[in-house]
Amino acid sequence: MIEIKPQEVCEKAGKGFMKNEMSMEFDAISNNESFARVAVAAFVTHLNPTLEELSDIKTAVSEAVTNAIIHGYENVYGYGRHGEVRPVCCKIRDGKVYLRCRIENGVLYIEVEDKGVGMENVDKAMESMYTSKPELERSGMGFSFMEAFMDELEVESTPLVGTIVRMKKKLKCGDWVKMPEGE
Amino acid sequence: MEDFKVIDDYLCVKLPEEIDHHKSAYISENADRLILTEQVSNVVFDFEDTRFMDSSGIGIIMGRYRKISCFGGKVFAIHADRQIKRILTMSGLTRIIEIME
Repeated sequence: MIEIKPQEVCEKAGKGFMKNEMSMEFDAISNNESFARVAVAAFVTHLNPTLEELSDIKTAVSEAVTNAIIHGYENVYGYGRHGEVRPVCCKIRDGKVYLRCRIENGVLYIEVEDKGVGMENVDKAMESMYTSKPELERSGMGFSFMEAFMDELEVESTPLVGTIVRMKKKLKCGDWVKMPEGE
Repeated sequence: MEDFKVIDDYLCVKLPEEIDHHKSAYISENADRLILTEQVSNVVFDFEDTRFMDSSGIGIIMGRYRKISCFGGKVFAIHADRQIKRILTMSGLTRIIEIME
């Protein structure tokens, strides 16, 4: 029997083996918030993330996508709990959120883009507890959570063009191939 | 509506499995209505079934706290798992609400 350790498998397969990409676009409605975070969570399962890492990623994606929907496209109401159309206050109709993910050498890169209203002052928006829509009872902690749960956060925004949020997280277990331990 | 129960002076809100912006309006609206009609002064958030929460959950709790704290009411969180506790602590909410097992 030849013993192969996970590390060796990755080395033999070359670094290119450790790369994986996906991208998707979906309507800017609040129903898709859960879809987006579950999709990203499923995408990283190959890397065997810990439960904590998985929760962190899901929370960060949820924050970014929610921001794109309610701030980028100002789709405040969207659809109701049972799918009924509620008074829609979406300034830009048929808005789409673009989500791109890449895994490279155990590092997860996430990009959430919207072609919505954009922001004049990104630094102000990123301040903890600041919210531009206090009437919605948002806590103003979206960016703080993204910063806390991911390793790096970068926001690029142009008024009336849109916003791109880029996040990066190094996963503790970057092993692509998991071999049974012991034998 | 089985998620909302009034016991004495307490409104118990059984939170869903996932709390995000999509579900937050439903929870906030119903809780506010019951706080008004039933004249309760305290709110208990039960996280027993909750496996995911983002900052929308913080918004729900903060909003309810603002409504009842001026009348001397208190907000409690029960059955919060490790991840939920982490988020509550990180947001600073643990300073204004009480977390119980």
